[in-house]
Amino acid sequence: MSDLVDELLAGKHGALARVITKIENRSPGYREVVSALHEHTGHAEVIGVTGSPGAGKSTLVDKVAARLRDDGHTVGVIAIDPSSPYSGGAVLGDRIRMASNAGDMDVFFRSMSARGSLGGLSTATTDAVTALDAFGKDYVIVETVGAGQNEVDIVRTADTVAVLVPPGSGDDVQMLKAGILEIGDVFVVNKADLEGADRTVQQLREMLQGRSTAGHHGVSGTEMAEVTGTPTEKGAPDETEAWEPPIVETVANRGEGVGAFLAALEDHGEYLDRTGGREQQARDRFAAAIRTLLREDANRLLAAELDRQGGIESAVDTVMARETDPYTVVDEILAPLRACLDEE
Amino acid sequence: MSVEQQDERTIRCLVAKVGLDGHDRGAHVIARALRDAGFEVIYSGLHRSPDEVVQAAVQEDVDVVGISILSGAHKTLVPRILDGLREYDAFDDRLVLVGGIVPDDDQPELRDLGVDEIFGPGASMAEMIQYIREQAPER
Repeated sequence: MSDLVDELLAGKHGALARVITKIENRSPGYREVVSALHEHTGHAEVIGVTGSPGAGKSTLVDKVAARLRDDGHTVGVIAIDPSSPYSGGAVLGDRIRMASNAGDMDVFFRSMSARGSLGGLSTATTDAVTALDAFGKDYVIVETVGAGQNEVDIVRTADTVAVLVPPGSGDDVQMLKAGILEIGDVFVVNKADLEGADRTVQQLREMLQGRSTAGHHGVSGTEMAEVTGTPTEKGAPDETEAWEPPIVETVANRGEGVGAFLAALEDHGEYLDRTGGREQQARDRFAAAIRTLLREDANRLLAAELDRQGGIESAVDTVMARETDPYTVVDEILAPLRACLDEE
Repeated sequence: MSVEQQDERTIRCLVAKVGLDGHDRGAHVIARALRDAGFEVIYSGLHRSPDEVVQAAVQEDVDVVGISILSGAHKTLVPRILDGLREYDAFDDRLVLVGGIVPDDDQPELRDLGVDEIFGPGASMAEMIQYIREQAPER
């Protein structure tokens, strides 16, 4: 087990790949591996890329990765695709777009399926980012379709979130209202050579002006000032600058606008460093991770306890027969736990 | 809980089109059939070089490397993929399958090099899926 960790830290691609497999499968021992890797993390710049299907995420990520490689950086990419809810199978096709990085092992590209494990996917993604960070990747890009809370949770693992919008009838922009608008740090109108692109940019701009000043991580000025205590902000949290998300136009398949996009990402990175937002985001992420793990583990313990006390079916039987009620059932199951806690 | 435990691991397969062969209908059919069998399929797209196939097989940590060749260049392309897999210690715990047109005379040579099975035009999908289920290496 620790062999795998050692090999990953020594830069073996196969070990990194196997660790991510363990994370995905939640194989025995994956927790110990992720735990061991944690102390080696904190160096990668994590970028989330989301947007509707066909917006051009994979193509843009490919070009961005190639540009970062030209600048001498190493890159990890996690591309998440929805899986078939019926068979559990999936065709993961994002690799098709990785043409610019063909055969370059220093772009580590990994496809992950959602595997229908609601909620668990964001944990798996966070852990996979941990593995790539510990491996020593300078940049980690997390790419996923922007459709729903699950995806929103996933991109929250990123320092900077880019939302891709294809030019269109305006319906796409309307759709963004449902949660996506709030999480974008940088907006990209891709396929900007298509008709309607200008209008889409215009609509986006209008909607962003109506956006609340709080960042997507809900970082208020006061919190940031407390954490950083930077001299310029002393006792005047109101002066904390707010981030105005830029709108970048790209034509990803021709590589146009990729430089501007990278510059926008860099601007946001500098903004995070300047305001202490990066540290606050990391704190928020770890707090969320601890809460999620606590909830999952506690749930597992409680499920086992429920089984020990006769199982859910027999509990339901008694409730059905009106011998007892759901509240009383839960009180009884939790009684030993409560007793333990009271002893403290 | 809604989150089901994944006792059975998901088998991951790479379906790779390699070389100057533009015929991918067969690969698409296979990719879909493997998906419907509950596997995770990574599809490479057309015209991949052996290096790219190796890169994908290593990074995606697939259990099965499926190489589709209809061009007749299997004797040059397949050995390069096998060498690349060995270079990254990614050969022993992976099934390597070749699908497409491979003349009978060439098959022993490919098997000697390390190809686990060859599926020609007559092979059924059920046969291939069953083979993968039975032969996918334990890890």
